[in-house]
Amino acid sequence: MALIHLSSPHVSKANSTADVMRLVLIATLPGILAMTVFFGWGTLVQIALASVLALGFEAAILKLRKRPLGFFLKDGSALVTAVLLAVAIPPFSSWWVTATGIFFAIVIAKQLYGGLGNNPFNPAMVAYALLLVSFPVEMTRWTSPITQNGEGWQVAGLLETLQVIFGSVEATWYDSFTGATPLDVLKHRAGQTTEEIWRQSDVLINGVAAWYAVSAAWFMGGIFLLSRKIFTWHAPLSMLIALFLMASMFYGFDPDNYVSPVVHLGVGATMLGAFFIVTDPVSSATSNRGKVIYGAAIGVLIYIIRTWGNYPDAVAFSVLLLNLCAPFIDQYTQPRTYGHKRANRGMKGKS
Amino acid sequence: MSTILTAIIVLFVLAVLFGALLGFASVRFRVEGNPIVDQIDAILPQTQCGQCGYPGCRPYAEAIANGDAINKCPPGGQSTIEALADLLDVEAVPLDAEHGEEKPKSVAFIREDECIGCTKCIQACPVDAILGAAKQMHTVIASECTGCDLCVEPCPVDCIDMIPIETTPNTWKWPEPPSPMQLIATDRGRGVAASESVS
Amino acid sequence: MSKVFAFHGGVHPPENKKQSSRAPIGKAPLPARLVLPMQQHIGGPADPLVKVGDRVLKGQLIAEPIGRISASIHAPTSGIVVDIAAYPIPHASGLSAECIVIEPDGEEQWVEHQGLGDYKALNRQELIEHIRRSGIAGMGGAGFPTDVKLHLSEDHIVNTLIINAAECEPYITADDMLMRERAHEVIGGIEVIAHLLRPSHILIGIEDNKPNAIHALQSALKHCDLNIDVIVVPTKYPSGGERQLIKLLTDIEVPSGRIPADIGIVCQNVGTTSAVYRAVHRGEPLISRIVTVTGDAVRHPQNLETLLGTPFSTLLEACDLRPEALARLVLGGPMMGVTVDNDRIPVIKTTNCLIAATEQEMPPAPPAQACIRCGMCEQACPADLLPQQLYWFSKGREFDKAKNHNLFDCIECGACAYVCPSNIPLVQYYRFAKSEIRTEEREQQKADHARERFEARQARLEREAAEKEAKRKARAAEAAKAQEQRKAQAEQPASEAPAASASPDIKQLKTAAAVARTKLKKAQKAYDEGAAASVDNLAELEAALNDARQKAEAAEQALSAGSPAPSGGGDDQLKQLKVAAAVARTKLKKAQDALKSAEDKGLDGIDKLRATVETLEQKASEAQQAFDAAQKTSAPAAVENAPQPEPNSPESGIDAKALKQQVSIMRTKLKKSQTALDSCEDAEEKARLEQEVADLKQRFDQATAAFEKAEQAQIEAAAKDGVDLKQLRIDAAMARAAVTKSERALSKAESDDERSTIEQDLVAAREKAETLNQTLSQYE
Repeated sequence: MALIHLSSPHVSKANSTADVMRLVLIATLPGILAMTVFFGWGTLVQIALASVLALGFEAAILKLRKRPLGFFLKDGSALVTAVLLAVAIPPFSSWWVTATGIFFAIVIAKQLYGGLGNNPFNPAMVAYALLLVSFPVEMTRWTSPITQNGEGWQVAGLLETLQVIFGSVEATWYDSFTGATPLDVLKHRAGQTTEEIWRQSDVLINGVAAWYAVSAAWFMGGIFLLSRKIFTWHAPLSMLIALFLMASMFYGFDPDNYVSPVVHLGVGATMLGAFFIVTDPVSSATSNRGKVIYGAAIGVLIYIIRTWGNYPDAVAFSVLLLNLCAPFIDQYTQPRTYGHKRANRGMKGKS
Repeated sequence: MSTILTAIIVLFVLAVLFGALLGFASVRFRVEGNPIVDQIDAILPQTQCGQCGYPGCRPYAEAIANGDAINKCPPGGQSTIEALADLLDVEAVPLDAEHGEEKPKSVAFIREDECIGCTKCIQACPVDAILGAAKQMHTVIASECTGCDLCVEPCPVDCIDMIPIETTPNTWKWPEPPSPMQLIATDRGRGVAASESVS
Repeated sequence: MSKVFAFHGGVHPPENKKQSSRAPIGKAPLPARLVLPMQQHIGGPADPLVKVGDRVLKGQLIAEPIGRISASIHAPTSGIVVDIAAYPIPHASGLSAECIVIEPDGEEQWVEHQGLGDYKALNRQELIEHIRRSGIAGMGGAGFPTDVKLHLSEDHIVNTLIINAAECEPYITADDMLMRERAHEVIGGIEVIAHLLRPSHILIGIEDNKPNAIHALQSALKHCDLNIDVIVVPTKYPSGGERQLIKLLTDIEVPSGRIPADIGIVCQNVGTTSAVYRAVHRGEPLISRIVTVTGDAVRHPQNLETLLGTPFSTLLEACDLRPEALARLVLGGPMMGVTVDNDRIPVIKTTNCLIAATEQEMPPAPPAQACIRCGMCEQACPADLLPQQLYWFSKGREFDKAKNHNLFDCIECGACAYVCPSNIPLVQYYRFAKSEIRTEEREQQKADHARERFEARQARLEREAAEKEAKRKARAAEAAKAQEQRKAQAEQPASEAPAASASPDIKQLKTAAAVARTKLKKAQKAYDEGAAASVDNLAELEAALNDARQKAEAAEQALSAGSPAPSGGGDDQLKQLKVAAAVARTKLKKAQDALKSAEDKGLDGIDKLRATVETLEQKASEAQQAFDAAQKTSAPAAVENAPQPEPNSPESGIDAKALKQQVSIMRTKLKKSQTALDSCEDAEEKARLEQEVADLKQRFDQATAAFEKAEQAQIEAAAKDGVDLKQLRIDAAMARAAVTKSERALSKAESDDERSTIEQDLVAAREKAETLNQTLSQYE
């Protein structure tokens, strides 16, 4: 009888980090499905490519760091990063765009900081921001949703998609499949009022419904995760409410120049960001109050950057900026511990 | 020419202004800290053993404040060195072996049937932890003993032992859990062992 | 008052309570040996009252409490005390502590005992004292002495008495079964406690997974006049934590770092109330308790009424253990229990459960993954802490920050580690950080204390030095006076001492001398003042001064000549002779020293000095002879009394001394060689040194043996004469030390006056030392 000495507790809930990651992956399925339906094979190809690359980079760097491969690859965090980056970039981006992004996400933003749990920034968003800054043209060439292409389901076939992504097709050909996103159109409107642009732009008349549908799919995934208690409601809800309030306020004052709050919530990466990016626990604030502040600040920042900034969408930048603030928020939003009159604020006795 | 001159004047004025502001702030918001010697003295283990070459902890604290090395205190060991390094914002260096090595904490014990009652140890004890009188047997008050060794040398009959303090259930410490395999670069050697244990 | 509030967090681990609650409470067999740790409670360990070999009766007090927070310990059965020593105790460290071991005789013979009868008629103090004497400590797990909780000051108002029947930990059913089968005892105990505390509310908090126990309690309450509410709380771990239960039942939080009594709440475990009932109504001290023995590795999980001190192995056997299946033996529940690595460890007052778990039941924790800050721990924490932050701080040894994040409000319930998806041993990190912080604080405290003592000593030494200095000055002044007097005496011709024969009135003389001295002083003062002011009539004053001085001297001489006369006799003469001899010796010594130093330096006057030394030697010996002769004649009895040297002792004395020297030389040599050996690296050299060491060791051993033999002989010889050799030796050493001290003082002395005083001291010390040495050498 070999008895052992261990610290309590001696039982633990049957869950693991890998389970959490698996649930997140499952929750992305509706969104991926919607994107595939409306934008074609590109999304799936990008996800496959990104996943393979992510696992490859992760394995290589673990090898370099002399870590057990199986143990760390199994946690599934690399796959989550890969999927999130793949759905964030345009479905027809060239393979090297994806490769650069994944390299940056896995190697630089995650492993060089010490691997899972130690990265101060959301790896997918770091990579996305890098790509957006480095390859602005590539990153704005979004596929037009099928709803915009007239009659029938006219999406690029799998073979064509592969050709586009792996670079053997002339740019002119695939220009016919690409177009501006609603946020692009609303941003670059050359003095027209919001209403005028809504009446004129094909992207907005026919295309926006597809965006709404994709957002709804992400939302469904998010609700699923919320019901499984993978994250709490604080950060996503506060982000959505903050964005909605900002948009309503300005839209209410001046509907000619500002975009309706519904559009803000429905297009772009708002829903993806709210439920899959903002809720990334590693780089976000910790306490419930902290999460509320964190989410709300992201919501406000998204609106500010979208409306007055240079980039059409702003989820990545807002999240990165708030990642920076997370430790600070944590410091000042500690919960009130049982038996204490007030919560601690920062460090006592240190000036 | 006048542009340059304007720039210089403006910068000069700004420099003076900010300088004055900083100066004012440094006087107005000065934080009165403990004198550095007190802070150092608070970190030292107060064994008063003199192994550092100074007659007690406070003199050594004063010497450190005047720039002496921080690694001369064997009873404090590495943790004291680190605390001092932290306080003084200097690099933590290993203990200087010249002054002795870090030993487990111990207390003096007088083998009482051998004691001749010479009072020499009583005079040597820096914290008055030895009880006794001339021609009377002496004994150490264990709770007051700092384990400084100073009484061992003067004893003419060598009846003082330094006994390491035993761990009791009340003083037992929980060990640190084994490190999960995720530190950066610093644990190259451990990576191999970890992979074996996992696979 | 039946509203149930909520506390933050909590988890729902599988209950596993059904297994052990099927069978009624059984009785554990009597083991071959009972091991009773002296500390089964929080506070100071008890102090054994019995000795090895004593026969004790069941219920007999065998260890009494030391200090207020402590508990007494009773013999659980009749038998013989076979050992009092350190044995492994049920503690997370697996360390041993003092235990009394009793071998039962199987007779179960009770010590005389009886219940208190009408306890309400008793003074409260007496009732509490009775509970203290019964050795009752909290039986829920912490083991806080119950009498301390009941002994609140008169003005301390207790609003609410909470009886903790939640038993939230999985597996454990000891309290459940106790309530089902002995609800009347529980209620009876509550009545006693309520009588002592007089609370306005009494609440029993019980989880809703114990319907039978709730029913039993409610029916028992029908016969009770007290207003007791049984409050059923939802099953959630850790609702049985004292602070959590208080929050659940009253919505009041116990302030951090305080105890419930501070806010008028007292919490008692149901097991404790039953023990109180037994102590008060039947006079039975706490000698047994109900232990749940469960886990998949036992075939018959059940609750057993177990004598304290019963080893776990007995219980496991009684429940039909499958040894091959046992993977982990947990003491307490699965959430907070400690593992033990030894089944000989005994049941103590706080042992409520023993889980013999199989590998499948409690698999070893998978390796910890990285913390992804998922926040599940935070949602589970019943103390509203940030467990993941505490984990980072503990791991990074940033204990200050951990403390600032209220680490010490952590109750180590294990809820965070239970939910952690990365399997991080969070609780162990907190325990590690806590014990590090505690140790650090203890050391800091000790250091501060040491500093205080050091500074106090420093101050004392300074004060003593100052006092010594003052004394020295006073003595010097006295010595100066004495010398002056002596000088005066020498000047006065012997014939001019009329007082000696005339035997004048000494009193008169004394007065005259004092008057003269005063006059002299006055004159001196006047002269000094005059000198300072350079007055004209200085010469006049000087003359007056001299006159006064002469008069004073004369008076003194008259006095000194007169005073010894009445006493007269041989004693005085003897004393004088003694002094003379001593002075001669000192002079001789001085001259010798001078000679030596001269020789060393090769000075010219050596011959002369040598001659002086010789003369002095002669004089000294003459003086000594004279003294000796005088002594012999004046005190022959004393000489006779002095111990005569044994005929054989000189030989053995030389022997022993030489041997001792040899031994110490050998020891030094041996040590040196050993050191050389230790530091030596060269193999050849090492071998040689090793040889040498071995050789030396042998010689050393021989020498030691010889020395010891000789010493033994001496001691025997001395013993024959009835002289305590050790005492003699110590005296001699002391005398020698005094001589050295005086010599040192002499070398330091500055003024001549001082020197002469010290010289006298020295002479006396030397004499004493010599006498002692001589006596001693007779035996050595």
